Amino acid sequence: MQGFGLLSLLTWLPIAGGLVVLLLGDRFLRGARWVALATSLAAFGASIPLYTGFNGGTADFQFVEHFTWIPAFHATYYLGVDGISMPLILLTTFITVPVIVAAWTVIEQRPAQYFAAFLIMEGLMIGVFSAMDSLLFYFFWEAMLIPMFLIIGVWGGPRRVYATLKFFLYTFLGSVFMLVALIYMNLKSPDFSIASFQNLPLTMHEQYWIFIAFLLAFAVKVPMVPVHTWLPDAHVEAPTGGSVVLAAIMLKMGGYGFLRFSLPITPDASRTLDWLIIGLSLIAVVYIGFVALVQTDMKKLIAYSSIAHMGFVTLGSFLVYDIFAAHQSVQGAGMGITGAMVQMISHGLISGALFLCVGVMYDRVHSREISAYGGVVNTMPKFAAFMVLFALANSGLPGTSGFVGEFLVIIAAFKANFWYAFLASMTLILGAAYTLWLVKRVIFGEVANHHVAELEDLNYREFIILGALAIAVIVVGLWPAPLTDAMEATVQHLVQQISLSKLSP
Amino acid sequence: MSPTAEMASTTVTWASLQPALPEIYLTAAICVLLLADVFFGEKRRGLAPTLTLLILVGGALVTAELGNVSDRVLLFGDSYVADPLGQLLKLFGFATIALALLYSREYLERRGMMRGEYYVLALTSLLGIFVLVSANSLLTVYLGVELMSLSLYAMVAFDRDNGTAAESAMKYFVLGAIASGMLLYGMSLIYGLNGTLNLEKLAANPPGEPTLGMILGLVFVVVAIAFKFGAVPFHMWVPDVYTGAPTGVTLYLSTVPKIASFAFAYRLLAHGLGGTVDTWQHMVAPLAVLSMVLGNVVAIAQTSLKRMLAYSAVGNVGFILLGFAAGTPQGYQAALYYTIAYVIMTLGSFGVLTLASRKGFEAEDLDQFKGLYKRDPWLALVMMCLMFSTAGIPPFIGFWAKFNIFQALWATGHYWLILVGAAASVVGVFYYLRVVKLMYFDAPGDLPTGNPNGLAVRLVLVLNGAAVLALGLVPNALIQLCARVIG
Repeated sequence: MQGFGLLSLLTWLPIAGGLVVLLLGDRFLRGARWVALATSLAAFGASIPLYTGFNGGTADFQFVEHFTWIPAFHATYYLGVDGISMPLILLTTFITVPVIVAAWTVIEQRPAQYFAAFLIMEGLMIGVFSAMDSLLFYFFWEAMLIPMFLIIGVWGGPRRVYATLKFFLYTFLGSVFMLVALIYMNLKSPDFSIASFQNLPLTMHEQYWIFIAFLLAFAVKVPMVPVHTWLPDAHVEAPTGGSVVLAAIMLKMGGYGFLRFSLPITPDASRTLDWLIIGLSLIAVVYIGFVALVQTDMKKLIAYSSIAHMGFVTLGSFLVYDIFAAHQSVQGAGMGITGAMVQMISHGLISGALFLCVGVMYDRVHSREISAYGGVVNTMPKFAAFMVLFALANSGLPGTSGFVGEFLVIIAAFKANFWYAFLASMTLILGAAYTLWLVKRVIFGEVANHHVAELEDLNYREFIILGALAIAVIVVGLWPAPLTDAMEATVQHLVQQISLSKLSP
Repeated sequence: MSPTAEMASTTVTWASLQPALPEIYLTAAICVLLLADVFFGEKRRGLAPTLTLLILVGGALVTAELGNVSDRVLLFGDSYVADPLGQLLKLFGFATIALALLYSREYLERRGMMRGEYYVLALTSLLGIFVLVSANSLLTVYLGVELMSLSLYAMVAFDRDNGTAAESAMKYFVLGAIASGMLLYGMSLIYGLNGTLNLEKLAANPPGEPTLGMILGLVFVVVAIAFKFGAVPFHMWVPDVYTGAPTGVTLYLSTVPKIASFAFAYRLLAHGLGGTVDTWQHMVAPLAVLSMVLGNVVAIAQTSLKRMLAYSAVGNVGFILLGFAAGTPQGYQAALYYTIAYVIMTLGSFGVLTLASRKGFEAEDLDQFKGLYKRDPWLALVMMCLMFSTAGIPPFIGFWAKFNIFQALWATGHYWLILVGAAASVVGVFYYLRVVKLMYFDAPGDLPTGNPNGLAVRLVLVLNGAAVLALGLVPNALIQLCARVIG
């Protein structure tokens, strides 16, 4: 019962702050803004004890809170974190602050509601990562769609209605089947807690169906090929903050779902169907990499790059069985999962930063087309430095966070199968190609037009948020040990768990 | 039945009538309202609505305080039953009708419909519902259905100079009369084959393969229930009557009778004919599937919000029937919970429609809700919550309603019904979201802004929206209440 109430505080504080901002409204905009910033900072501050008080030596859930919620369904209000969810919660609280700051004066239409939507969503997302009861998890998972639907729909671009409906329907379709699977498992287990589902014996037949139901929900969220098509639309139409949260956090929920649900609950189905996930992941890495190369819209390019990078997450998560098969031991099998986790955190930081960079340019020129820019470095040298740093991180430069995750996954892929590693390594070429070509066309060269010539460099607000993200990217890149140490025990436990068959011998 | 038992059940004392107090009270109150309106109605125009509200509050208190029964109590030659389910539904009926009349008061006043007779009709329909809720004999069931339906036909036609309303009242009446005929015919077959009208005795029949005659009787009864619910393929009246009736009446029509339909199905099918559940399950399941699919798909094509909500009602009825198709107490509980949740949500959404209307402006078409957030932020916010709730998305009550149904169906192994239900709710999301899109994403244009209604009514509507959220966050109490009364 250590740290009692901290997770509840993290979940409900932003929601309460969001409601206050909503009530203050645009009439008291100054107040609403400062309340929004104070809430997001308070949430970030409150999440730091989650790291400092975290015991990395155990795979047990920590900061546990357990109350009755719906005795009629045996569902409980059960929160807790382990090495997988703790970093993701920190990422969530960290990313929300720049999102609020970036929107400070930029949003002209209904700004108070904009801040409120992001704060409420922050609370719901933390709820998703800390829920240890699957019904509570589903509750937050679905509720989160509502603020995102409104964010894209109200503050989005010209095709926002199409994009937001597509986003909502895709995700909802996927998750309904997860709900059906959860209800099924609850019939056989005493309650809805994730732990009791993980211990539930299931036949192969059952595992197949449950695995597919989970796959539908999580694959849409990640998103994996071929259900990724909502993402480019949603990213392009969403306002800057919406893109940042979508890329940095919401996509991670799919990866988190695979690690928390699919692998431990259906280990045998995961073993027999891992070729499917690995295949789709490699397609994402290679094919989507090529697709990203030909984009003319900056946001779309980063969106496709996100799909490719998330391919590494799913690849790393499901390599574990091939490593077992190749080495007949669980030693080192966790490397893929550790890589996937680091990749999630790193991609959260980098993609968030890149979308903020696009936002900075969009606020000035009101175009996302690559062809509308050129030679930005001449007028915005500070901005160019940041943009180049994040671009290099996105292509996996050693010393940045982007390198660590990709490197671990590629090493794990080598342990499993040479050809997996070969295809995965294509990202080193493709990722560098599409990102650096983007930078070359936008940042360098002659000043392309009078819009670019009139650009003003970063103001102090933008400088602070991009600076904070840059520091995070470099720190995780140079010294990932605190992150990997915190998740080490959990990953080992997870590997143990999924190496045991649930089928009776 | 032994002679002494017969004596005991026919001897009526005042004390033994206590369980029937809600009906007795309501009958007396209707007489009072009628007389008061005749004598003072012309001079004091606000008398009827105010008095009705007082009657409803008094009735709720009477039912809550004196209508308490811990177990099943039979009265009036065993043709009447008072039980916790009845008490819950009656209390809920009082609350629903009070809200429905409150929301529609100004609407009715503007159209010259705020007359004593309208409120008397509303109360008699409620009395019919109570009789149905407490029915323990085929005859009482029929009596309740007719009393309710006749009042409703008159309410739809109440705005006498309104051509469409008269047309839809006629349609409603003709189809309703056919349904009543079906019901009566089915009941006569069941009576002929079993020799009793009493639901308790019918329920005591040993379960087994029913005879052909019994199956025929069941078919007619199920058809009648489907008519009253508005389930496909007996839903034809729903969109026309919902659209044709004045919005204030539609608000009433879409909520209060749903309680009756649940009681109708529960008392007759689940309880009285419970021995033949294996047979009628196969009749109810296709009705449920067709309603969900057709209701949700056709709703997408509508341009009128009223008509869209009518098809949404058809789709939701499909979900309620799914609970019955499970054929277990758990399924009936889920159906009861769904009914209550649906009525609370529909009260709110038709309440928004009624309050958004004003003199010379009927808020009926979807386009009339464009940019509502700007014109009336609170109304838009409530409507958004209700739309997400009806779509079945947490943290609102509508999610638990669907969840409950799915859970009951898993327990009985009806996989295909779950799949169809899940698919139908995904389709349904689209048109509920479209309402949100119109209200929040579109520009308001030159539609009227502000709201002419009183602050109190709007506050009640906001509370209605808040209830949908609160019951979604902490759903346990209502779920357990439903479980307890079904038992």
